[in-house]
Amino acid sequence: MDKPKIATASLAGCFGCHMSLLDIDERILKLIELVDFDKSPIDDLKTFTGRCRVGLVEGGCANQENVEVLRDFRKHCDVLVALGDCATMGGLPAMRNGIPLRECLEEAYRDGLTVHNPSGTIPNDPEIPLLLDKVRPLSDVVKVDVFLPGCPPPADAIWEAVTALLEGRAPNLTYDQLKYD
Amino acid sequence: MPTDLAVFIQDRAREHGGDRTRLLDVVRAVQEAFGHVSSEAMDLVAQALSVRRVEVEGVVSYYAFLSREPKGQVVIRLSDCPSCRIHGMEAVGAAFEEALGIRFGGTTPDGRITLEHTPCIGLCDQGPAALVNEVPITRLTPGKAREVSRLLVAGRTPWDLAPKARDTADPVARVHALVDSNIRKEGLVVFAPMPPGQAVRKALAGTPEAVIEEVKASRLCGRGGAGFPAGLKWEFARKAPGDAKYVICNADEGEPGTFKDRVILTENPDLVFEGMTLAAYAIGAAEGIVYLRAEYEYLRAHLEAVLARRRTEGLLGRAVAGRAGFDFDIRIQVGAGAYICGEESALIESAEGKRGVPRNRPPFPVTVGYLDKPTSVNNVETFCCAARVVDTGASCFSCVGSIRSTGTKLLSVSGDVARPGIYEVQFGQSIREFLEMVGGEDAIAVQVGGPSGTCIGPAEFERHIAFEDLATGGSMMVFGPGRDMVQVAAWFMDFFVHESCGWCTPCRVGNVLIRERVQRILAGRGVPADVAYLETLCTTVKKMSRCGLGQTSPNPVVFGLKNFRPAWEAHLGPDDGLNPAFDMDAALADAVRIAGREPVHP
Ligand SMILES: Cc1cc2nc3c(=O)[nH]c(=O)nc-3n(C[C@H](O)[C@H](O)[C@H](O)COP(=O)(O)O)c2cc1C
Ligand code: SF4
Ligand code: SF4
Repeated sequence: MDKPKIATASLAGCFGCHMSLLDIDERILKLIELVDFDKSPIDDLKTFTGRCRVGLVEGGCANQENVEVLRDFRKHCDVLVALGDCATMGGLPAMRNGIPLRECLEEAYRDGLTVHNPSGTIPNDPEIPLLLDKVRPLSDVVKVDVFLPGCPPPADAIWEAVTALLEGRAPNLTYDQLKYD
Repeated sequence: MPTDLAVFIQDRAREHGGDRTRLLDVVRAVQEAFGHVSSEAMDLVAQALSVRRVEVEGVVSYYAFLSREPKGQVVIRLSDCPSCRIHGMEAVGAAFEEALGIRFGGTTPDGRITLEHTPCIGLCDQGPAALVNEVPITRLTPGKAREVSRLLVAGRTPWDLAPKARDTADPVARVHALVDSNIRKEGLVVFAPMPPGQAVRKALAGTPEAVIEEVKASRLCGRGGAGFPAGLKWEFARKAPGDAKYVICNADEGEPGTFKDRVILTENPDLVFEGMTLAAYAIGAAEGIVYLRAEYEYLRAHLEAVLARRRTEGLLGRAVAGRAGFDFDIRIQVGAGAYICGEESALIESAEGKRGVPRNRPPFPVTVGYLDKPTSVNNVETFCCAARVVDTGASCFSCVGSIRSTGTKLLSVSGDVARPGIYEVQFGQSIREFLEMVGGEDAIAVQVGGPSGTCIGPAEFERHIAFEDLATGGSMMVFGPGRDMVQVAAWFMDFFVHESCGWCTPCRVGNVLIRERVQRILAGRGVPADVAYLETLCTTVKKMSRCGLGQTSPNPVVFGLKNFRPAWEAHLGPDDGLNPAFDMDAALADAVRIAGREPVHP
């Protein structure tokens, strides 16, 4: 029987959640015995090749492309996991939500203290996805099955969640794996 | 407009003897005279009544009819009750906006006319209706709205809009010239005649305890909604220790669709005062208060006239009906636009000149009420029933109705019916009989007891109007074929969001969340999971809220999901995991404007 497939993506995140995934250390060998990676930065596969058992999505939705990738994940994954605080609640990127989009762009590309941009242009290449008015948590855009909190969630929590979901049971996270102070 | 604010405020404070509990009257007067209660005015009121400034500001910021920012000398308040809405209120609103050149919430550039929405003003049987300052204007059409606007813009006063009423000196004729009483069916309790003083004299012939026994024997239950036995309430108040006791008549009538107290106060106020007087005798009170909702200000002159007449007849004042030692008088306290002030403990707070927020219960008002003294708060209609009980005897009263619901009940009927208005019926009527009576046989839904009550569909039309089955404070709204019950629920949630006093989070926040999700479903962006979410959230709000408002406010959704499920499901999208509530085009609109290019759709 084919191994179940797993897919991962980083949307408006810092890749920290993916780093934490790699922190499972040698268990990664066990993981690839259990699953095949489909679309994921880990194998650099850009498009889905088929149905996946589990999708791990880091980061919220900050732009149109994020939304489209997320919808694609929802269509292809049996179980969709919001990996980390950005995915769950918007996280750090959502700090811009109280500021009008135009001001954010001007501050980032023109007015910020550390910005050197003599022409004052704000990047606007058609290749650049348009930004959403606000950064959204995944659950604003699609149905999310599992939320894994943490910034990032510890490797042990990710390991437990992924193995549990592959076995078809609910993850059993210990207090230590959910405590962050 | 009076010229000197300080003098005006000192005068008003002096009229009330500098009494702190009359704060609401003082700020209402300021609002009326100056169009708002300015920061300076709040300081002056605080000084004049020896209260802290924050207490004044607390009151001014709390009530809908008070404002810190200037409003027009003329404020048009268009009722946005569902009954008014289904009779064309939205077109009327648009006509007002167009004719005045302002939007709702705005004031004309010359600062003269303000246009607002307001929750149900109790004119549901002759809507769409509006209040122009205190003057009610009924049966509005877009044409009439334009005419009203034209006259006001031309500088005419609100009373000029109702010339017949303006030119009538007799107070009750004036009320009749403004609004219709629309009594469709008179029963033997509330609308039957009784010579003033008859019940009071009968009561005075016996002991206070005998009055209480008679009312208990009649099994009269309160008509304000909760249905508490009136005799028992009076007995508690009589037995509670206290050097002073109070009788309060709850005429706040704010439940959307209820207007029977307005009609009682118009047609038979003597019976109400009669009931209050014998209640005072029964519990040992010397003072009574009618708490009249601000929307009914136009009834005040009429009520004052009746009170004055009763004083000259010796039925109020010292030695009532010649009984030495029984002194009793009644004053009218006008509210300032807050539905929650119908809740008896909030009403008491408001009558004491504070923010009308509910108190913790217990203690109940019968032991710690107005000015912390034992107080019986009863509904307008309850007093009428009690007067009839004492006049005709408990057995005569309790021989109509059902075992647990004795006597008659006034129903305020509005919505999709041929004959809206007031009906005095015997308890025990089935909804089917009710619909035949009012001309609403094709109804798809009946909202019994207003939004905080029960909403039923045809499957339950054999149920009965009675405390033990379908209880109602009087509001009966009928919805006919083609009405969208999800839309109706969304309107009712607007009402509760607006009227939550904000004290406790489940109600203050929960109702906003419920409304947001209902609106999402209504807009076609809901999914089945939203229904499950609503069910959980409604349970939380009902269980966790502090007072009756939050404990019932989710009812339009609860009964909607229970009794009108297909109507709700028809609005839902497929359960494909993509959340239709997320509107990408709307979320990208800012970026499209900034970047000057359209999004690329895959
Ligand atoms: C939010 C809320 C609003 C109420 N509004 C009214 C009202 O407008 N008129 C009324 O008589 N009772 C109203 N009540 C019920 C009163 O608290 C109280 O039970 C009633 O006035 C007692 O009178 P009764 O025993 O004669 O019915 C309201 C209750 C709540 C919780
Ligand atoms: S949750 Fe923390 S680690 Fe993960 S993407 Fe967001 S900021 Fe980075
Ligand atoms: S339930 Fe609502 S109205 Fe009642 S106390 Fe709480 S916030 Fe105020």
